[in-house]
Amino acid sequence: MTESNTTSCHWHLERDQAGIAWLRIDVADGNVNVLSLAVISELQQKVDELVRNPPRGLIIHSGKPNGFIAGADIKSFLGMKSEQEAAEFMRGVHTVFDRLESLSCPTVAAIHGFCLGGGLELALACHYRVADEDQGTRIGLPEVLLGIHPGFGGTMRSIRLIGVPAAMDLMLSGRPLSARAAAKLGLIDHAVPQRHLLRAARMLVLDPPQRRQLKPWLKSLNLPLLRPLLARYLRRQVASRANREHYPAPYAMIDLWERNASDPKSMLADEAASVAHLVMGDSAQNLIRVFFLQERLKAAGRDSRFKAQRVHVIGAGVMGGDIAAWCALQGLMVTLQDQSPERIAPAVKRAAQLFSKKLKQPRLVQAALDRLIPDVAGQGVPHADVIIEAIFENAEAKQALYRTLEPRMKPGAILATNTSSIPLQTLTPALQHPQRLVGLHFFNPVAKMQLVEIVHSPQTDEQVVRDASAFARQIGKLPLAVTSTPGFLVNRILMPYLLEAVELESEGVRPELIDRAAVAFGMPMGPIELADTVGLDICLSVAEILGQSLGNARVPARLRALVSEGRLGRKNGQGFYSYRNGEPVKARISAGMTLPADVTDRMMLRLLNEAMACLRGHVVEDEDLLDAGIIFGTGFAPFRGGPLHHVRERGISALRGRLEELARNHGARFTPDEEWQRLQAL
Amino acid sequence: MTQHTPIGGRPVFVVDGSRTPFLKVKGRPGPFRASDLALGAARPLLARMPFEPAELDEVILGCVMPGPDEANIARIVALRAGCGQRVTAWTVQRNCASGMQALDCAYSNIANGRSELILAGGTESMSHAPLLLSTEMVTWLAEWNKCKTIGQRIHVLRHLKPKYLQPIIGLLRGLTDPVVGLSMGQTAENLAHRFSISRLRMDEFAVNSHLRLGRAQDEGYLREIETLYDAAGKVYAQDDGLRRDSTVDKLATLAPVFDRKFGHVTAGNSAQVTDGAALLVLASEQAVDKYKLPVLGRIVDSQWAGLDPSQMGLGPAHAMAPLLSRHGLTIPDIDYWEINEAFATQVLACVEAWKSADYCRNELGLSDALGEIDNERLNIDGGGVSLGHPVGASGARIVLHLLQVLARNNARRGIASLCIGGGQGGAMMVERL
Repeated sequence: MTESNTTSCHWHLERDQAGIAWLRIDVADGNVNVLSLAVISELQQKVDELVRNPPRGLIIHSGKPNGFIAGADIKSFLGMKSEQEAAEFMRGVHTVFDRLESLSCPTVAAIHGFCLGGGLELALACHYRVADEDQGTRIGLPEVLLGIHPGFGGTMRSIRLIGVPAAMDLMLSGRPLSARAAAKLGLIDHAVPQRHLLRAARMLVLDPPQRRQLKPWLKSLNLPLLRPLLARYLRRQVASRANREHYPAPYAMIDLWERNASDPKSMLADEAASVAHLVMGDSAQNLIRVFFLQERLKAAGRDSRFKAQRVHVIGAGVMGGDIAAWCALQGLMVTLQDQSPERIAPAVKRAAQLFSKKLKQPRLVQAALDRLIPDVAGQGVPHADVIIEAIFENAEAKQALYRTLEPRMKPGAILATNTSSIPLQTLTPALQHPQRLVGLHFFNPVAKMQLVEIVHSPQTDEQVVRDASAFARQIGKLPLAVTSTPGFLVNRILMPYLLEAVELESEGVRPELIDRAAVAFGMPMGPIELADTVGLDICLSVAEILGQSLGNARVPARLRALVSEGRLGRKNGQGFYSYRNGEPVKARISAGMTLPADVTDRMMLRLLNEAMACLRGHVVEDEDLLDAGIIFGTGFAPFRGGPLHHVRERGISALRGRLEELARNHGARFTPDEEWQRLQAL
Repeated sequence: MTQHTPIGGRPVFVVDGSRTPFLKVKGRPGPFRASDLALGAARPLLARMPFEPAELDEVILGCVMPGPDEANIARIVALRAGCGQRVTAWTVQRNCASGMQALDCAYSNIANGRSELILAGGTESMSHAPLLLSTEMVTWLAEWNKCKTIGQRIHVLRHLKPKYLQPIIGLLRGLTDPVVGLSMGQTAENLAHRFSISRLRMDEFAVNSHLRLGRAQDEGYLREIETLYDAAGKVYAQDDGLRRDSTVDKLATLAPVFDRKFGHVTAGNSAQVTDGAALLVLASEQAVDKYKLPVLGRIVDSQWAGLDPSQMGLGPAHAMAPLLSRHGLTIPDIDYWEINEAFATQVLACVEAWKSADYCRNELGLSDALGEIDNERLNIDGGGVSLGHPVGASGARIVLHLLQVLARNNARRGIASLCIGGGQGGAMMVERL
């Protein structure tokens, strides 16, 4: 083997005795390969070298255990100053990838682990692709999740390789594929066991097969006559999921194809311009911000060496049962305790459904079910590294439980409560070691909601908070440390918004209109439907608790009336809406329905005002964490970058003025929090 | 605590045990495979142990008919129960005594010092016994698979006969002795004939078995049962073969099933066909000390015996007798007995055999009759007739339950025994410390 003589930090080029060039990417200073400017320009040197001195074939593979290439370096998108600069960067990459693609020898990408975004675009510029069939292999084009679309030639090359429908689905959903699924689509040539990965790549070089041809009917979709029809269909599909104003990227992708499908060259040029325009826009910049907020949450607990093997969950209701199932899904041994087998059985059933949906292979489903052990007798307590209490919201019952638990727990085990309303300080008197109690506040549905609030009181040991955060990371959740103040962060901020919606409804505004206004703002679900989904009884009890302690959350009489009528929401089919097959029956919105002009402001400003109060009360450490918590805990319009970021974009003084106006018209609940003034003065 | 075992080794302790509810087979595959059942007993049992599952030395399971995906089922159960890769596991088969065989192997390996801590027992999903294709059908399929052209296929298809499609019920084949050509029920008919046991006595025995099990459930005597949960959210908490309304009159209406028309043995006075598993943790003295394990009792001795396959139901009479003589004991020295109820008549015949001086002299080589086992000390919480006989599991169940009975009555010594298709008997003597 001979190492080439140019200096290499990220790419290592070797030739073997058969004359095959092996180009290994192993990006310096980082455990993940990402394509930064430096990595691209070094690739350029390597490709130039290969053009000058063509090998028998080229195999690109990764030296990182965790994968091939995770994508472009997102940090570089934040630093770009103008559309021109961004477009320049994309065009530079296009030049390198085009040269790679036009090498006369066979070229193969050997893929394992992450092969996402720019990584897949690089692989698409090779003649063949093979991938490790392991579960860890993830192949996809997730750019749309950052408010952009592929910019390294991926739009053109994916459509050329697998046809418009499959390529658009890949890019519009952003969903990563397993190696097998990718092979089925034709995105890669072979999915092979890891032991054969490099061998398969080598055999493709030595005996290159005919390259894949697109089926004629798939090719015909690019014809000028058919294109507008399909484009219109795709736009309709996207419209049901994303609003063009909030999320321009998917629409830009469809436009790009519709304009250029017949000409790869012009499509590449247009791709660079389009993605440069998107990346400088608010939506992308905010979504990229959200990506980094997520990275920050992921980093929590990194300084703890805590690693749980066994978890004991007490209370097999919706929350406890689903938390137990989630932990078992993530590979932990879980004992699930409740008063009788009949209370645990429904949780086992839900777990079985979750496991089949997520794991698919019966063998893996079985193994996950084997890890979830019903445990009426509570035998799991002395073995557990984490004990999660998820019984009903009653302080005395919880205290009584802790008294029996604590002496049986193993030293160093975490005692966590999933309470959503009881402050830890109320519970700690039952404990010999109050410093070990921490809140692990999961959100419903557990399998979907990424955030877990790590609730700490002044008594909670800091190490326990770190350990609990590490545990949340271990089970693939996003931990956010919050103080043990009423409602913690997420429910506290959400509640005034929900209550204002209820207030509007009792003033006679149609619930359909209220929900539509919130969705138009960018919320994932309208507040009325959300209240029904959470359960009106639960909303009422949280509202009462918050009302008592915070004083600003007057509980609307309408909510009380519905609960006393037994209308509890989606769970019993009757709430603000009636439910048929679990779906709300909504009236068609007609022109005659009137909507007061300040509906959106009334709801959103109460949310933002409460966010200010939380910031002032140091419920979380800083503004960014607050934004992260609200985005990942409620789905708050991600393209707005979080509530406080949104405040800053709209202008602090403007919004504060609007609040004062609302306070004059609608009452003291709109009085701006002191924090507005402090931020304004900064 | 040190008492040597008769096989010349270290004492062997029973730490704890669990079993699943025994679930009556309702004509179609039940909700649990044999490995699922074993896991249902093993998981809660291991969960309450102070040691980690990986600290076991081995797992030994008895199972007569593991499913096609359950080769060496003990290893599958060990891995699924979280014992890890290093805990070895093996499966034993001595027909109806497979579960007791597993305990005997564990007993022997601890006594001789090979192991300190063993999970042992038995499991059987009789409802998952396979339907098989006839040899003719398999041969035909082999020809079919060789065909390359449509012409060949048409030719081979002409040779397919309807009778080839008749499936073979694996369970029935398993319960038939191929050497003497008798079903197990027919061997029971032999015993009824030999000892003149009437249909009425058998039915009375069966009713009593149900009454005893009913009382045991009501009094909460079956604490070794661990609830099973299926993926559909259904709970299985108790043996479901119990018929609280069983009477002699009702049983008298049932037709004989093995010797049709003229026989005595009916579905009502035979063991039920059920799914179930029973597992125990066995430990050496060192392991008991190391982990501060609780101790249910000690395995004192065990015995296997062979006899005429057509009289296989007398196996317990043959296996238990040497245990008594080896330890210089007589019937009154044994506080409680568990003789697995494969058939009512077969348990009655064992009692009769020991009462008979002729039988004891001629068949057991004793000088005189052993005497009568007190009915109030035999199967006092019911048995196979009322709760069923998952063949691989019963041997472990009766040893575990006997220890529970001894503890409940503050008694000391007991013998558990069962008859074995093919003409054998097995017996195990246990005592509380």
